[in-house]
Amino acid sequence: MSISASWYLALSVVLFAIGALGVLVRRNVLIMFMCVELMLNAANLAFVSFARTLHDIGGQVLVFFVLVVAAAEVVVGLGIVVAIFRRRASANADDLHLMKG
Amino acid sequence: MTAVMLDLVVQGGKATIPDVGVFAVAAAIILAGAIGVVVARNPVHSALMLVMTLFGVAVMFVLQQANFLAAVQVIVYAGAIVVLFLFVIMFLGVDKEEDIAKEPLRGQRALAVALVALGTTGLLLLGQVSKWTTGQPHVAGSDSGAPNVNLLGKSLYTTYLFPFEATSALLIIAVVGAVVLARRPPATSNAAEARPAEADAPGAPPSGAPGSEVDA
Repeated sequence: MSISASWYLALSVVLFAIGALGVLVRRNVLIMFMCVELMLNAANLAFVSFARTLHDIGGQVLVFFVLVVAAAEVVVGLGIVVAIFRRRASANADDLHLMKG
Repeated sequence: MTAVMLDLVVQGGKATIPDVGVFAVAAAIILAGAIGVVVARNPVHSALMLVMTLFGVAVMFVLQQANFLAAVQVIVYAGAIVVLFLFVIMFLGVDKEEDIAKEPLRGQRALAVALVALGTTGLLLLGQVSKWTTGQPHVAGSDSGAPNVNLLGKSLYTTYLFPFEATSALLIIAVVGAVVLARRPPATSNAAEARPAEADAPGAPPSGAPGSEVDA
């Protein structure tokens, strides 16, 4: 019926690593956000494959909650980016080293 | 050779060749999209690559009998979140090519690659040697491996009812927060608009309270 869970988990690890690398390396705030989304998706993939392996629907419910929290996080984060951009016209994380506007 | 690889991939000899093919193609799409997000110079291209990865993950969900989550993944992520990203990119006008060959902090990339490689290797090794399960399974109901939205819905509205309601509060807070953040700061807008408004209508509404301080 199905592929072994180890393959899904390995894929999830690699996807998470790419997302983490993007957050560490890129400077554009928006692209860093997208890389956070990549990491959330890696976690979702692991949740679903554990739910199937352990025969527990709770993993799928948790993915549902992760989706909701991701949506809220993106809304607030992009609001912050827009607010910052209004002060100083730059989406570069290096320019944002002051808490003060 | 192919048979050996199939034996490696297949659990208990039950996976069919179409399963393996779909998994391989979807994994390739996911990884290509993820790498594209990281290396693309233009933020718009990054967002489109992100859509590709999200579709690949949705295919993986279908492959693991999580059909409802696959639909939600496409609707919420590709339909709402990426559109929001694209809207902000266009709104801010940052859809320009970015020079990523330059490295502002010396050695940062090498350090990042080394750290991530270390973490990845550690995770993969940990997955090989450790046991996955802790505690008692089946708290929320058994996922029999067949696509069952009923069980997911029942679990969501009984066992996880309180977290479910809490997410609604979270969404309300996020909406209010986004509105507050995206609002123009009142002080500057009043200062900019106070003079013409007062010149046109002397008895205008009290929008000029900070503005009159500026005048004084």
